[in-house]
Amino acid sequence: MSKPPASNGAPLRTRDIKIIVNTGLARRHAAERRFRWYGLIAISLGLAFVALMFANIIGKGWPAFWQTYVQVPISFDAATLDPEGRRDPNTLASADYAALVRAGLRQVFPTVEGRLPLRALSALVSTDASYELQRRVVADPSLIGTQQEVWLLASAAVDTFVKGNIDRTLVEAERPLKDNQIEWIDQLQAADKIERHFNSVLFQNGDSREPEQAGIRGALMGSFFTLLVTFLLSFPIGVATAVYLEEFAPKNHWTDIIEVNINNLAAVPSIVFGLLGLAVFINFFGLPRSAPLVGGLVLSLMTLPVIIIAGRAALTSVPPSIREAALGMGASKLQMVGHHVLPLAMPGMLTGSIIGMARALGESAPLLMIGMVAFIVDVPKNFLDPATVLPVQIYLWSDLPERAFIERTSAAIMVLLAFMMLMNGLAILLRKRFERRW
Amino acid sequence: MQLFLLFTLLLLSVGAYTLGRQRALAVAGGQVRNLHSLPSFYGFYTALWCGLPALLVLALWAMAQPGILVHWALASLPPDVQHLPPDRLNLIVNDLKNLVSGHFVASASDPVMVEAANRYRQLRAIGNAALWVVVLSIAIGGIAYAWRAISPMLRARNRVERVVNIFLIASSTVAIFTTLGIVLSVVFESLLFFRQVSITEFLFGLQWSPQTALRADQVGSSGAFGAMPLFAGTLLISGIAMLVAVPIGLMSALYLSEYATPKFRAFAKPALEILAGIPTVVYGFFAALTVAPLIREIGSAIGLHVASESALAAGLVMGIMIIPFVSSLSDDVINAVPQSMRDGSYALGATKSETITRVLLPAALPGIVGSILLAVSRAIGETMIVVMAAGLSANLTANPLEAVTTVTVQIVTLLTGDQEFDSPKTLAAFALGLVLFVVTLILNIIALRVVRKYREQYE
Repeated sequence: MSKPPASNGAPLRTRDIKIIVNTGLARRHAAERRFRWYGLIAISLGLAFVALMFANIIGKGWPAFWQTYVQVPISFDAATLDPEGRRDPNTLASADYAALVRAGLRQVFPTVEGRLPLRALSALVSTDASYELQRRVVADPSLIGTQQEVWLLASAAVDTFVKGNIDRTLVEAERPLKDNQIEWIDQLQAADKIERHFNSVLFQNGDSREPEQAGIRGALMGSFFTLLVTFLLSFPIGVATAVYLEEFAPKNHWTDIIEVNINNLAAVPSIVFGLLGLAVFINFFGLPRSAPLVGGLVLSLMTLPVIIIAGRAALTSVPPSIREAALGMGASKLQMVGHHVLPLAMPGMLTGSIIGMARALGESAPLLMIGMVAFIVDVPKNFLDPATVLPVQIYLWSDLPERAFIERTSAAIMVLLAFMMLMNGLAILLRKRFERRW
Repeated sequence: MQLFLLFTLLLLSVGAYTLGRQRALAVAGGQVRNLHSLPSFYGFYTALWCGLPALLVLALWAMAQPGILVHWALASLPPDVQHLPPDRLNLIVNDLKNLVSGHFVASASDPVMVEAANRYRQLRAIGNAALWVVVLSIAIGGIAYAWRAISPMLRARNRVERVVNIFLIASSTVAIFTTLGIVLSVVFESLLFFRQVSITEFLFGLQWSPQTALRADQVGSSGAFGAMPLFAGTLLISGIAMLVAVPIGLMSALYLSEYATPKFRAFAKPALEILAGIPTVVYGFFAALTVAPLIREIGSAIGLHVASESALAAGLVMGIMIIPFVSSLSDDVINAVPQSMRDGSYALGATKSETITRVLLPAALPGIVGSILLAVSRAIGETMIVVMAAGLSANLTANPLEAVTTVTVQIVTLLTGDQEFDSPKTLAAFALGLVLFVVTLILNIIALRVVRKYREQYE
């Protein structure tokens, strides 16, 4: 709005003001439209980032749910597997299955000769192939002496090639696959002996150095144990704190200190909780490193403020008339809370806790501090086994250069996001179903 | 083993509940009105006497047992082993523990060690058996005591409620103990660090290379602990993040609260908040594998040298992460401005944007500043994005195309991998953690104060 030109003291006439306003109007409306556009652009940028990230991760991770297998004729030769013919499980378990795989591959490509080409040939299938045969024979010894067409796990390089991520026009030395290997793959594909199956390995195995054998089961179990500890600790303590502060606590300095503490803890960087875990739980109390128990302890301290704040909100939303009615009927204060207020506030508390748990599921920084970043092949079986969690597994895999690991990282992210969406969906459902408006 | 004992104890407590209830009814001659409390309170009373003391003993025992066992097992070793310096002794204890749990260790062939391990196993078996006997007899003793104590005059409700009350109060102190734990652990280790490196050198030094020499004559291990480059790097990345997050977040909030139709708002607000729910490790992956190479390619296309772990990539992605914080916090703030102020502005003929920039924003400014401060504190403390997308080398630069490192990255790199608790390298991480904690705490306190003051103004 420009300054009125009249400075000589003469009163402005209505017509002058109209002119002044009208001359500026076009400019002001343009500014208005511009401002509106800025807002729209900002929000579309934000939404575009969401879409871009999901597209990027799903695009990268989708292929990892399929895994390439090679069909190889395997003759379960009795002379190699069980020379004594007694079907002793120990003999069967320690037989040379790699020889069977090699023989099978040579049967497909009888013309291959020489040490190096033969080695290149057996590099087409994963090193897991011989263990796969071992598992089959031990489970079913009647296979011995028969000839079977077996689908064997292809190596990561073959898998990447079949998915079209290795450029065959590159110079031979710059590809993970050599010319002869590509030729064999083409022949196998022409004979329909290469297929893509659902990647069940991803959900059955622990971590591995070989991409085709690496799975997230270990990380999933680690996350499960960690979150179980987190929930078992933080939910009762969080609910108890909320109940105390909301229903019992006198208004004094002490409760003020507690409240300030809770609000501050909610904003402390997560990595500082990791330092606490390292110094107190591991160094002072001597708990084992990399254990889900310690991870759960650290995460429950982090989740506690979320649960307390949500719990207090749920308790305040219960109308005082409920309390007064209960007290009027002769209930003690604890009975009033336990029988009437808490059941009514429970859906809200559970919703808050589930959201807090979903956040704990995605947390990784404090767990790096307490040693949950180790390379762990075995699937953890209890709270003290060394373990890692899903987000940390993602972090570990994202460091590896192989294309197959990049795919698996994205796939693991998709699994993680799916679990988080499930938890948040559960929270929303709970709220919609049980929340009461007073 | 101890889990099984815990379960048995639980079952016993359930049994104690029914027992106590029945006993109360029996002493009252089947008439509830003769009792001081409801029968269930007598049940709880008995269950608490059964479970609590036994649980306490179980916890203390479980904590003390390993230490005592190691002590006794070591006592069986020859005296020359026992007089080894503590760090060597620690190695032997570790070997012993591995031997006991059946892992392969180098000293497995040493008959003395095998003997000690066997002794350890034996003692452990005796200890566990004794634990069962002690815990169960305490539990049963508790039941017996409660059984005798139950009479119509026993104020069971008051006693049970007192225990519950103590539990509630104890739970609410966990928050205080957590804060105390953070402060003590960080301050204690930092003090150890500042004994070796002066505090001024740490805060204002310009050289950061935390490799300490193993030998005095080692090359390239100066062990410089000047954290200035880390602070500068943190500020650079957070600054870039705020440059992305503040305009986008603020404009989104303004658009959503002032312009958007309810329908659009109902869709866009939760969609934008998805960004807040995505784990930071996912952002880190996105930054390291998509954004950083993209920026590098764009840079080389226009003839700029861009480091592969540029501050720009980490900052941009961190900014995206923070957008929902800024937008939802400022949304609250903007909605708290009374409608009468908007109406007054419209009545004077102002357009919507004029109302926003000249009335709404000045009125909401303290709240917006508060929410930006909260966002800054989040950016400073953010770890995974920078660990995955920012560099490790401590450069003192303001060029966003170069690689810088941050406080959180250094804490992670110093504390992952092998470590002892007495080298300045690991202690430095705690000193950095102290700085991080103090700075974020101050930012949060200021932000909360500002926001509260602002709220009071309009209430």
